[in-house]
Amino acid sequence: MSETLISVENLSLSFPNHPVLSDLSFQVNRGDFLGVIGENGIGKTTLVRVILGQLRPSAGKLVIQEGVKIGYVPQFRNVDIEYPLSIKDFIALNFTGIKLPWLSKKERQRVKKVIQQVGLAKIADRPLGLASGGEKQKAYLAQALINQPDLLILDESTASLDPNTKKELLDVVLRLNREMGLTIFFVSHDMQMIHEYPDHYLWLQKGKYEFGSIKNLHNENKEGQYV
Amino acid sequence: MFSFEFMQNAYLAGTLIAIVSGMMGVFVIARNMPFMTHTLSEIGFAGAAFGIFVGWTPLNGMLAFTTVSSIMVGELSGAVESRRESVISAISGLFIGLGILFLSLSRKNSSYATNILFGSVIGISRQDVIQMAALSVLVLIVLLLIYRNLKDDSFDSVGAQTNHIHSRLISLVFLVILAFNVSVAAQIVGSLLIFVLLTLPASSAKYFTHTVVRMMGLAIIFALFGVWIGLYLGYLTNWPVTFFIAAIEAVIYGVSLFYNFIRSKSE
Repeated sequence: MSETLISVENLSLSFPNHPVLSDLSFQVNRGDFLGVIGENGIGKTTLVRVILGQLRPSAGKLVIQEGVKIGYVPQFRNVDIEYPLSIKDFIALNFTGIKLPWLSKKERQRVKKVIQQVGLAKIADRPLGLASGGEKQKAYLAQALINQPDLLILDESTASLDPNTKKELLDVVLRLNREMGLTIFFVSHDMQMIHEYPDHYLWLQKGKYEFGSIKNLHNENKEGQYV
Repeated sequence: MFSFEFMQNAYLAGTLIAIVSGMMGVFVIARNMPFMTHTLSEIGFAGAAFGIFVGWTPLNGMLAFTTVSSIMVGELSGAVESRRESVISAISGLFIGLGILFLSLSRKNSSYATNILFGSVIGISRQDVIQMAALSVLVLIVLLLIYRNLKDDSFDSVGAQTNHIHSRLISLVFLVILAFNVSVAAQIVGSLLIFVLLTLPASSAKYFTHTVVRMMGLAIIFALFGVWIGLYLGYLTNWPVTFFIAAIEAVIYGVSLFYNFIRSKSE
């Protein structure tokens, strides 16, 4: 039986006069590619924030296996056209703590490796502010990979990308999952994508949810119910 | 020129100020705090006036006021980002009023106010230089200690949240060392124009280079250039040094913007 990284049991969360998540149970095992789908405002990012420890559930429990490292690619970033840091320097921002200001040899090698993994080697010294939407998303992905996470959470990373760029990014994520065994928690409102990439799905709907193998979703032929 | 001790002191102090302000400025710009810096300098004016009123040195008065007020601003505005500008405006207005009051109560002539507001090259003693050096070293040590977390929080505040960086604590520590920086730098360029050295060199540097370390290096070079040439031109012409420093930094910024415009057209 595969190792469970996250176990959620009967989890509910309400904001004042506004229930968001109700009685949710699912688990994420090591090596899973879980697609979390649902319409905008249904509570996907709220669930992510509970996993990240930024929000407390109102009821139920969420257990993250001890020692599991989480890499997170947030939905929004403050990066405008004048953002000055190079892609390489931006990625290295995640090396935090009270340490020497300059990067160690090991840290420099790690930056180089993740840049290659996401395919940004050619433009690593360019300012992030001047990068295209797809390149920015790859840089955010690389930054989340820098501390060698066990679980990678991506929140609507493909939302603003054109179909080709979206496929390119998702192929990188799929490779990380298949070749390196990285567990993926991919949040999206794009039903099409959920059919093509993940092996499990969690579909949040108003007051209910579905969780299971993606094969079940294919069998029930729910493709394209909403985009 | 260097046969005069006051010019030696001015160059020593100016060099320290340029180095610290160049480094700190990169974070002031990344954290979008030019207005806060301007406010701290106005608070510094009130502190210096208070120092004169109670018989302290203007630098000690400035240190006391800017440190306390930076903590106040941090605490009052920390929770709500959009409230920060209003809190800063309120505190800024209050402290300028206090500065005017203390100057009036201390019955000093207007040259004191002029020195505080516009800086004074002649007024800096060797002892002042030693105190400024000690404060500058303190600022640099703290900056080095919090460097990585400050860098993450300043250049990627969204990412820093998920790295469990204690953003409010980092902000508070940064505001306090910024207060020290402002108080030291105001001795030469005056409290009215200190934000020139804390914003323009770093704002210019970001168009030429794209790592934090290199931006700090280039900002130091721009700041040193302005301070050294400004002091020299002030010595030659007897015009205010502050004017020259502000003008040189503004020209460097203008050239940087133009360079960026040309580069973006050619890409």
